[in-house]
Amino acid sequence: MNLVASSSVSWKSNSNNSDRVEKNEFPAGLRVLVVDDDPTCLMILEKMLRNCHYEVTKSNRAEIALSMLRENRNGFDIVISDVHMPDMDGFKLLEHVGLEMDLPVIMMSADDSKDVVMKGVTHGACDYLIKPVRIEALKNIWQHVIRKKKHEWKDKDFEQSTNVEDGDQHQKPPEDVDYSSSANEGNWKSSKRRKEEEDETEERDDTSTLKKPRVVWSVELHQQFVQAVNQLGIDKAVPKKILELMNVPGLTRENVASHLQKYRLYLRRLSGVSQHQNGLNDSFMGHPEAAYGTMTSFSGLELQALAATGQLPAQSLATFQAAALGRSATKSAISMPLVDQRNLFSFENPKLRYPEGQQQLNNSNKQINLLHGIPTTMEPKQLADLHQSSQSFVPMNMQGNARMQQNNALLMHMSQQQQKQPSRGQMLNESNNGQVSRPPLSMSQPLSSNGIPAAILSRNGIVDNVRGPVYNPVSQASSMVDFSLNQTTELQNSFPLVSSNSGMSTLTSKRLIPEEVNSDIKGSRGFPVGYDIFEELHQQKSQDWGIQNVGSAFGASDHSSIPGTLDVSPSMLVQQGISSMKKNGQNGNSPMGEPQLNLFSGGNLLTVKAEQLPDTSYQSNFLLEQFGQDDLMSAILKQQESVGEVETEFGFDGYPPLDNLPV
Amino acid sequence: METNNIHHLRRQVANLRQSLFDQGYVDEQFNELEELQDDATPNFVEEVVSLFYEDSARLIHSIDQSLENHPVDFAKLDNYMHQFKGSSSSIGAKKVKTECTQFMEYCRAGNVEGCKRTFQQLKREYTTVRKKLEIYFQCARQVGPTETTLCHPK
Repeated sequence: MNLVASSSVSWKSNSNNSDRVEKNEFPAGLRVLVVDDDPTCLMILEKMLRNCHYEVTKSNRAEIALSMLRENRNGFDIVISDVHMPDMDGFKLLEHVGLEMDLPVIMMSADDSKDVVMKGVTHGACDYLIKPVRIEALKNIWQHVIRKKKHEWKDKDFEQSTNVEDGDQHQKPPEDVDYSSSANEGNWKSSKRRKEEEDETEERDDTSTLKKPRVVWSVELHQQFVQAVNQLGIDKAVPKKILELMNVPGLTRENVASHLQKYRLYLRRLSGVSQHQNGLNDSFMGHPEAAYGTMTSFSGLELQALAATGQLPAQSLATFQAAALGRSATKSAISMPLVDQRNLFSFENPKLRYPEGQQQLNNSNKQINLLHGIPTTMEPKQLADLHQSSQSFVPMNMQGNARMQQNNALLMHMSQQQQKQPSRGQMLNESNNGQVSRPPLSMSQPLSSNGIPAAILSRNGIVDNVRGPVYNPVSQASSMVDFSLNQTTELQNSFPLVSSNSGMSTLTSKRLIPEEVNSDIKGSRGFPVGYDIFEELHQQKSQDWGIQNVGSAFGASDHSSIPGTLDVSPSMLVQQGISSMKKNGQNGNSPMGEPQLNLFSGGNLLTVKAEQLPDTSYQSNFLLEQFGQDDLMSAILKQQESVGEVETEFGFDGYPPLDNLPV
Repeated sequence: METNNIHHLRRQVANLRQSLFDQGYVDEQFNELEELQDDATPNFVEEVVSLFYEDSARLIHSIDQSLENHPVDFAKLDNYMHQFKGSSSSIGAKKVKTECTQFMEYCRAGNVEGCKRTFQQLKREYTTVRKKLEIYFQCARQVGPTETTLCHPK
């Protein structure tokens, strides 16, 4: 393979890794970002990855990790993330990364239950590792990076070839083969560049595209995109036309095509979530689809498809669109504050206008049963629930109208700004206080308004921070998160649709374009998306969901009936936060557990009392252990003088009580 | 004499280590950690385990408190225990991990008494393995880092 072009390239763009690469130490230098709230695991993972000769960056906070990724979009090759994290669900992070940076993401968890693993799959994780992770599992993660790049190139080639009259398709197979071998030769970007060079020599319509760096889908750009899509109508929104409408110099059809794919993915996910509100869900990227959903008008087929999963009836879509454009009014004022808060600590920009789209969604269930021949993921009961909940929402939403508009304006303004979290918190709190009309919400309101800024502040930790106070602030924040969690699981319910996305899109859209079909959902070029926009749009929906969520959450039972602790815990956490605040004084010094046996009886050096676990007694126990060990050490030293006694004194006879312990 | 003493120490360390495995206090993951230890990080295992103690002390406290609440928040307990299980399995604390699993089963069944009982057992196991590991590390340090590596039969 020709490595000439690779001279300056290795893993990084500005590499000093070229030496290493040329020495054929592939895949050394792979830039890994590992995210885990457990400091023990994080330390172990970092060490393992370093031993694999990877470049490791670690973070115990998903938000920090995400901002690192955003600041340095080309600075990482792969992300490894834990599933259960207090500040953000790992799957949300996964979605964000997939959308914005299109990096391969590996999920990890001690949880190996099938549904969680499946969730990883549906959310686009390229692998799922069960903890405890072994170094062997990490040695091969580079394959995911190669695979993704390969797919990107494949799509690009394919699209171009369909675009261009002079069929370049024949080039693909040999390139693929070369690609693997070139990868093995150890130069990540060099192989890419080699392809670029080869492609350049061919006649192409979009020659410039090949050399283009990843497109950053900024807020404005995405807005232009969405406007173009809306103008054309979702069925007629083909990349070429969108591109023409957008009229952005330097943007290629491929950029638009892959972005469109992602957009559709989000829409699908969004509709899946709508049933169980959790609008808060993932606010930001959580379900950009939601945002998308509000903006686009679907074709009849697509609508039916979505409706099948209880998602977006056509009428609601139209309303979403209007809402998204900022005209219509409000709906769930209540959910908004929740959402905003949630977004607040999770991301830069608060969202708005969730409710609007959401409302529509919930209200119109008419088309739900329209699906023909498309598997419905929604159970009839769920549909009924949706009916009921939507009906109950209507009056609520009406109330919130005026305020919502105000908030929308506020939020709009806020979303324009970046990283003004503290001020946002204040603003949100103000708006929140003004809007709470729901009793259950009021419960959380004081908590959140106090907790959120604290949570934000506590979150401004550095990368390697040990987990901060988990309890109160997090519980409040997590109440927001919970919704998103629920929403995510909801997606799972609509799994058939989601998983068969490509299939669905081919089925539903009449104007299906070959290149769209063929490009991998994941594989298309990674275009970092302006999540701000997503959040805004998304909010409309999520806020309505938020209403539902709130009701269920504070009802102490999750009506979405999603199995798994994550779904339940949010509401529990909120309640717990409340109860704990009351009970702190009481629980502080209460003796825990019953007194336990002194496990080591009879003059054993290692006397340990394991009974009470209040911290003070715990410490005293360890003091005891210290003494015991000192005695032991002196005993050991004595042993050196009398060799023969070593075994008996120190051996494992010293632990008889322990050995006898029932296990 | 010195050499003899060191030699015996080394044997002790090896025996200590072997018994940890044989008696099921630690599992293969502990070995993985030891294999990660190198000249650049000669005390890696001990550092990780210390980190685990810090982190788990907090968790244990939280769980104790949660178990005293009325009503018991099982979801929260499950969450805590999930974290605890994750970190204890990552250092290879086998018996502790078993208790975590048991606890989570009781938790999912909503069995408060079962949870409390299991948690007491868990704390015992935790204290035990902690003690053993501390002794092991002290001996290993006496012998010296390189020696420790040589002691690993695996």
